[in-house]
Amino acid sequence: MIEISHVDKWYSPTFQVLTDCTTSVAKGEVVVVCGPSGSGKSTLIKCVNALEPFQKGDISIDGIKVNDPKTDLPKLRSRVGMVFQHFELFPHLKIIDNLCLAQEKVLGRAHDKAVTKGMQLLERVGLKEHAQKFPAQLSGGQQQRVAIARALAMDPIAMLFDEPTSALDPEMISEVLDVMVDLAREGMTMMVVTHEMGFARKVANRVIFMDRGEIVEDAAKDDFFGKPRSDRAQKFLSKILSH
Amino acid sequence: MLGSFDFDVIRRALPYLFYEGMTFTLTLTALAALGGLVFGTALALMRLSGLKLLGRIAGLYVDFMRSLPLVLVIFWFYFLVPYIGQWLTGASRPISVGAFASSLITFIMFEAAYFSEIMRAGIQSISRGQPAAASALGLTYAQTMRYVVLPQAFRNMLPVLITQTIVLFQDTSLVYVLSITDFLGAASKVAQRDGRLVEMYLFAAVVYFTISCIASFGVRRLQARIAIIR
Repeated sequence: MIEISHVDKWYSPTFQVLTDCTTSVAKGEVVVVCGPSGSGKSTLIKCVNALEPFQKGDISIDGIKVNDPKTDLPKLRSRVGMVFQHFELFPHLKIIDNLCLAQEKVLGRAHDKAVTKGMQLLERVGLKEHAQKFPAQLSGGQQQRVAIARALAMDPIAMLFDEPTSALDPEMISEVLDVMVDLAREGMTMMVVTHEMGFARKVANRVIFMDRGEIVEDAAKDDFFGKPRSDRAQKFLSKILSH
Repeated sequence: MLGSFDFDVIRRALPYLFYEGMTFTLTLTALAALGGLVFGTALALMRLSGLKLLGRIAGLYVDFMRSLPLVLVIFWFYFLVPYIGQWLTGASRPISVGAFASSLITFIMFEAAYFSEIMRAGIQSISRGQPAAASALGLTYAQTMRYVVLPQAFRNMLPVLITQTIVLFQDTSLVYVLSITDFLGAASKVAQRDGRLVEMYLFAAVVYFTISCIASFGVRRLQARIAIIR
């Protein structure tokens, strides 16, 4: 589904952020990307739907090359859902309108159909009664669930999560992870940048460990948590699992 | 001192002052603000587009307009446009442009420079995550601007935009250099005709002051009502 091969990205000749990154996410697979901050994991996931440009290598989604200038990027992006660290709901629109905007303007759905779809998804994430509120009236966890619903409203073929729980208060993390776990169990193709190792243990098929812009380890979940091959991954794991 | 005031001069001049003068002033203010906002937003988008040439052109335009006194621009524009029109169309005589059209175009061009800086600040006040989220949903650049960035930028900047419009409302009085009958022009004409300069200019000041004050007060009320909850 998502093929990443030999991707290099640099901001200047001396400042390389991604070095020869190669991996893939198969249909229905859940891949967790972890690593210390500054390791390039957020940058990599943003390269997948071309929110960040890269200089070398190829990324393709469902057979369509992201870095081909002829690719209709808005159309490709509309098929891949993305959830951001800071939710990025549109603050000037009501919750339901947040869910309807792209359905109507990008997919061309009629307003009442978009509303029906939006309400279904709000019900699914348990926020139906908040449809007429504005984003700022909701808690962080609720906003992130709306953001997931907004991405799902586009009927995506895959979902990208960029540290979806990093900006949340601890007591709100589980309500967001619950939604993500359900989604994974339903067979959604997911690429998730996160430090939530509990989530990785529960639903991930594979875990990718990144450090200094390189993919250091790309292993099946049990192998990764059982015995990571690289020292750096071992150190990282011992640090975040010891608490 | 007030004993020698002739308030009846004002009363008698009221229909003329308001029907002709104030109507002109308000029409010019509204149209110039609207045109300036549209043109100014376009300039702001050019400057932020990332295309170097477009940005440079818009930047030069803004700097140029802001470096000239408004009254000079009004004056020059009124006398130059007929000749530029003649040169552009190849007509044998200078094209006649009415004083209203000429002053309106001048104000739109001038205000666009100021509005563009306000809108630029407004657009830059939107966090980069917002356009990223809009793009990730599949919205095109134009749709992102139209549905996500500009509505927020506009709301953030509305108090400043209206304040600038209040300044514009006062600046429209500069059309007196073209002998146009705006509110101040009308007051001035009556003042000269009846020899009642003190009364008429005092009255004009009171009217400008009152309208600007009420508008400023309205801005604060409006701001509270339409601000985006954060």
